[in-house]
Amino acid sequence: MSWGESRTITLTVNGTSYTREVEVRFHLADVLRHELGLTGTHLGCEHGVCGACTVLINGRSARSCLMLAVQADGAEITTIEGIADIDGPHAGGLHPLQEAFREFHGLQCGFCTPGMLTTLIELLRDNPAPTEEEVRIAISGNLCRCTGYQGIVDAALATAKNLREATAPA
Amino acid sequence: MTGQIGARHPRLEDGPLLRGLGRFLDDIPAPGALHAAFVRSPHPNAAIERIDPSAALALPGVRAVVTLDDLRPHLARTRMPLGFRSSKLPPTVTASVLADGEVAFVGQAIAIVLAETRHLAEDGVAAVSIDYTTRPALVDCRDALLPNPPMVRADHPHAVVARFALGYGDTDAAFANAACVVHENLFQHRGGAHPIEPRGILARYDHAEENLSVWSSTQMPHELFYMACEVLGLDENRLKLATPEVGGGFGAKYAVYPEELAIIATARMLRREVKWVEDRREHFIGSIQERDQYWDVSLALDADGRIRGLRGSLIHDQGAYTMQDVNVAYNAGTAVAGPYLVPAFHLDIVAVQTNKTPVLTVRGAGYPQACFTMERLMDAAAARLGMDRAALRRHNLVPPEKMPYEKPLKARSGAPIWYDCGDYPACQDELLEAADWNGFAARQQVARAAGKYRGIGIAHGVKGTGRGPFESALVRVMPSGRVSVFTGAAVMGQGLATALAQVCADQLGVSPEKISVIAGDTRTITLGLGGFGSRQLVMAGSSVQLAAKAVAVKLRKMASHMIEADENDLVLTDGFVHVIGTPPAAGKTIGDIANVLRGSPGAGLPADIEPGSDAHVNFRSDQLAYANVCHIAEVEVDPETGGVDIIAYTAMQDSGVLINPLIVDGQVHGSIAHGIGNALFEWMGYDADGQPVTTNLADYLLAGATDVPRMRTLYRQTPSPLNPLGAKGVGEVSTVPVAAAIISAIEHALAPFGAHLAQAPISPAQILATLQAGGAAHGPA
Ligand code: FES
Ligand code: FES
Repeated sequence: MSWGESRTITLTVNGTSYTREVEVRFHLADVLRHELGLTGTHLGCEHGVCGACTVLINGRSARSCLMLAVQADGAEITTIEGIADIDGPHAGGLHPLQEAFREFHGLQCGFCTPGMLTTLIELLRDNPAPTEEEVRIAISGNLCRCTGYQGIVDAALATAKNLREATAPA
Repeated sequence: MTGQIGARHPRLEDGPLLRGLGRFLDDIPAPGALHAAFVRSPHPNAAIERIDPSAALALPGVRAVVTLDDLRPHLARTRMPLGFRSSKLPPTVTASVLADGEVAFVGQAIAIVLAETRHLAEDGVAAVSIDYTTRPALVDCRDALLPNPPMVRADHPHAVVARFALGYGDTDAAFANAACVVHENLFQHRGGAHPIEPRGILARYDHAEENLSVWSSTQMPHELFYMACEVLGLDENRLKLATPEVGGGFGAKYAVYPEELAIIATARMLRREVKWVEDRREHFIGSIQERDQYWDVSLALDADGRIRGLRGSLIHDQGAYTMQDVNVAYNAGTAVAGPYLVPAFHLDIVAVQTNKTPVLTVRGAGYPQACFTMERLMDAAAARLGMDRAALRRHNLVPPEKMPYEKPLKARSGAPIWYDCGDYPACQDELLEAADWNGFAARQQVARAAGKYRGIGIAHGVKGTGRGPFESALVRVMPSGRVSVFTGAAVMGQGLATALAQVCADQLGVSPEKISVIAGDTRTITLGLGGFGSRQLVMAGSSVQLAAKAVAVKLRKMASHMIEADENDLVLTDGFVHVIGTPPAAGKTIGDIANVLRGSPGAGLPADIEPGSDAHVNFRSDQLAYANVCHIAEVEVDPETGGVDIIAYTAMQDSGVLINPLIVDGQVHGSIAHGIGNALFEWMGYDADGQPVTTNLADYLLAGATDVPRMRTLYRQTPSPLNPLGAKGVGEVSTVPVAAAIISAIEHALAPFGAHLAQAPISPAQILATLQAGGAAHGPA
């Protein structure tokens, strides 16, 4: 049931198309989380600073708390729930970046993790050989209160290295 | 599987979290729930004359507006109980479940709007009309000590919450004949806890059974359970309380809040499911903080640098209400002397009420302020005596031959402050080597030649961990061969489930993957204290180890009947109980043994067998296990901008036996990042009228990935004699010395300008102001 002005939108999220009537004031994270049940995208501030809500919209990272759902009409969206399938299938069912987060202890409570993963997926696509400084700058808009970032940075650097080695001509 | 202790085992928690399948409070499906939004006070100090909800109730989708008067008939008491039951504070120091005729800080909850969506509830909040008579606010805690300060609130009109002195020895004599006396006036402030997941609660009312099921993002599920029963007058059998995944706590969730009880009471009154999720602005104004402390302290030393005594006073901002006790001020006061031999000590402490958000423990809980105080004095003394800062410290550290070492002070529990073990000088020696302290002058010269001002700082900390009095664990082997561990400890993102599984696996000869840790669910275990004081691995871990050991004995005894062997010849390996020296598969699986021990109707059990494959232990300890740390920070400071760049950070910690060094590293890294925030960024500001001015994460800064350097961590592992694991706590310990080490390094870098820094946090603007003032910085912006 809709309580205010609403509009019908279509989103493709993690490869599945959804058509929903949504209130125009709902931000994208509201719709992902509460209308589509994709609660892996987290809200830490709802004012665009913490980065926990970051998703990929048509391949680019964006804060789903700062975008109205109606603005995303027609977009292709990838959330944390869809990351394992990127460039997959992968052995073990997780994207190499997810595996590296586990190996290098890149998450503790896991609340910032959806935004960290989506942001770093974008970085590794744009820059397959980032320096530590570049990784830190890439996630400088994502706050983590638990890890001190070191495990996250190490996971990203190791993933970049592994992906480079996997795709290097023999 | 033995050999689990000390293994860098990847965490069992990670799988669902990495896939976005973790279930946090706001992720629990609640399609029929009413959504709550709080009407909060916009005034720091006011009497409430009238609340008019009519405009809100007329809005579409708004179902109710609830005030304290509405809840009153449904509450056994309207005022919150004090969380620390042995506190001597009067009961009026706490708040009511919702405002009772007055408000005493901006953000205090007055009423709840319940609506079909959160958006509608917030619309309703804006439409509730309240008439106030405002009163002048007491904002600066020092003003509480002036004659006739503003009254913070009418129902507890005392400016001073607690005034007490701590001490021992003859400080007058220590100072009278001292060759060197240094004095500092310090301002300290640590800001909020700021887990990235704010607080939240979901209360579900079951009509058929008249039961309440509650989920809360809390560090203390059992405390919330028992307090809810007390305040609502509930039969304990009518309430179930569990924690979902918790997105960090850091102290913010180490309290039972009025909002939580108000939501539970509302769900019961309306016979509806009710959900409230805190937003970040609410976290800034409604969740506990560690705010202003003003220290006026002196240190007396002999000419050779030996400490003779420490004395001074502390004014502590407690906020408008006290939730547990004056924990932060007490911890800070008793911890000042830290790792040093201080023969005489006297500190006068006054904790005062202000018209600001209540103060309670943030990660570190007063110990960082204690450390900063002591370490600023040590730096000042080193400068006065012309001694190397590290050498002066080493000269005064409690030496290993004096361990265990008792300080003539008492911890909050009443137990003596008793350092159980550790080699503080050895920690420092190893750290100096690793951070190349002696090579610093050369590095500094190179930097100076490039026009950069580089400095190095060192700080020591000691933190009481493993706070008692006990924690619960129930270990049960299931017929499937899996093992369940139930505990009253609270899982809040630290990796506790993995660590407990490792401890259990080590005793039962299974892999940690075979173990399910079920924490913080009052249906599965009746007692529990939860997550605070870097205690859970120490306390719950010890309970798990002892319980698992007892279960292993039961399994071996039963197996001795099943495979006709002496139980003393049996061992547990890979999920089997078998005769030592034979292949495991030649024995019986622990699942098969558990299946026999669970009994079967009418069948007999051997006479010496106690039914069941479980054991329950509440490991008890009244003594804190004291972990120690020493950190070295190296920084470059830009004297034009006041900008600080942390070039290198090296940390040594002795937390006793480490169960999982991977997790420990993560805790240390996170602690240091938090400490960097406390050194450079985190300031919860209020204007002169008592209005908060930093209520978003753009105005209030947390350390980001480019602010935190690569950290190097070193460990010594001195087993604590206080628990069977030999463990000490980890989670808060490395927060303690960070601000002290960094600000020492900044001051050192700016020594050519005669800088003297006396506050934490310190911003670039404040650093510049210090330089312009020719040295001394003191006080907030
Ligand atoms: S929730 Fe979107 S940036 Fe914080
Ligand atoms: S893992 Fe908890 S906020 Fe990053």
